[in-house]
Amino acid sequence: MLELAAIAKQFDDRAGVSHRALDGVSLSVGEHEIVALVGTSGCGKSTLLRIVAGLEAPSRGRVAIRGRPVTGPSPEVGMVFQEPRLMPWLSVRENVRLALLDLPRDEQERRIDAVLAQVGLSRFADALPRQLSGGMAQRAAIARALVRRPSVLLLDEPFSALDSFTRMKLQDHLLDLWAGARFTLIFVTHDVEEAVILADRVVVMRHPGRVQRELPVALPRPRRRSGAEVQALKEEIVRELDLT
Amino acid sequence: MSESTTIVRRRRFVGAFGSVPRALRAGRGLLLPLALLVLWRLLSGEIVPAHLLPSPGAVLEELVELARRGELLGHLGASAGRVALGFALGVLAATLLGALAGASRLARELLDPTVQALKAVPSLAWVPLFILWFGIFETSKVLLIAVGVFFPVYLNLMTGILSVDRKLVEVGRINRLSRLAIIRRILVPATLPSYLVGLRAGLALGWMFVIAAELMGASEGLGFLMVDGQMTGRPAIIIGALVLFAVAGKLSDALLERLSRRLLRWQDSFGAAEAGHA
Repeated sequence: MLELAAIAKQFDDRAGVSHRALDGVSLSVGEHEIVALVGTSGCGKSTLLRIVAGLEAPSRGRVAIRGRPVTGPSPEVGMVFQEPRLMPWLSVRENVRLALLDLPRDEQERRIDAVLAQVGLSRFADALPRQLSGGMAQRAAIARALVRRPSVLLLDEPFSALDSFTRMKLQDHLLDLWAGARFTLIFVTHDVEEAVILADRVVVMRHPGRVQRELPVALPRPRRRSGAEVQALKEEIVRELDLT
Repeated sequence: MSESTTIVRRRRFVGAFGSVPRALRAGRGLLLPLALLVLWRLLSGEIVPAHLLPSPGAVLEELVELARRGELLGHLGASAGRVALGFALGVLAATLLGALAGASRLARELLDPTVQALKAVPSLAWVPLFILWFGIFETSKVLLIAVGVFFPVYLNLMTGILSVDRKLVEVGRINRLSRLAIIRRILVPATLPSYLVGLRAGLALGWMFVIAAELMGASEGLGFLMVDGQMTGRPAIIIGALVLFAVAGKLSDALLERLSRRLLRWQDSFGAAEAGHA
């Protein structure tokens, strides 16, 4: 449902020096698939996500969702960033509303109530961001990204700032949401275990902006973090990353 | 989801006097003025001759006398009116130009060097020119105040806009907010804290400049009262006008401070935590 064809992206930094962030990435993602992008810092995985989100245009190559080229942000695609990025002056409810401004008011209310119930924040609809814990804030950000019922949800290292316990809970929670709404999920992570626990396929990227290898994760869910297959896959991915 | 069952309360800074009731805490600000008043009373007439430093009682008498003759309110009103008008004009101009310079790189590159250069001119240096251009009456006074108010408001607004978190603006983009909606829903609230600081600094300068404006020639106002006291050899009037300036400046600033606190209740800052504790 998502096609990336020979995506390249070049940046000019302030000194005018050209940097290659992506160098011919092709990727095909199926309907309801979960894909993890892993790779060392600066390998271009976040840039790839931003291109799919329509926040940046590729220098070369094509992106299409269900056959329609991506030309900018669209309600088809929801995005969650590394930081919750909630407006500190707006309540959780009003933050979620930012994704719905073009809909009629009663439709907004209906959708906000529904999505906050899904992420377990109904009681905090009127709380300000400063009153939320890190995990709750990130769930509010997920609610804002899901409230438009996108067909693609993108997450850029969404749980990396959370403690490991909260992170595991949110990973499970994300799988529940995915099972309920069946969107296509693409996420960037530095956490190899997170990739193996969540994804149907792990895409290992290498500097400068190339796909090194794709590993299918053909394990039934729920997956045991300590299971032997999970451990074996983790080791294989770490080998691919060539961290030495 | 046990984590969702309690709102996290950030630990708030509680100082050594953290549990003192609000009324008493407000009273603490009066301690120093009261001590100064006592010191003043002790010095006046004993160590410093009364024609240089009249006693608090003498100053109060002078003010009461002015009030009885109905002049006090007129002088206060004249000064406050000039400050209000000059403040309004200065804020208006600074808001327009500051927003422009903050929002558009082109406007900033065209505008900002000039504004910064004009800012370097001591504002009192405008006085002769303003008198020449606008005469000695209200226009030149109000404009001088407006010039004083302009710079801090302009500067704080522009830097406030420039320091808005790019990441929040991106949230607006990904949710397809129009340019206008991004300004109204993201840039304006995000800039508000800095803008309000500018307003308070501008108001303080407004009070400073009203004296300068009135010292250069006026027939009423607190500055006129001071000149009058000097000419007629009545030090009690000079000191009385000084005290009134302090009170009026403090009261108008307190109004702005209350407004700030209402508008910025969402901030998670050290100062807010301190104020919230009571």
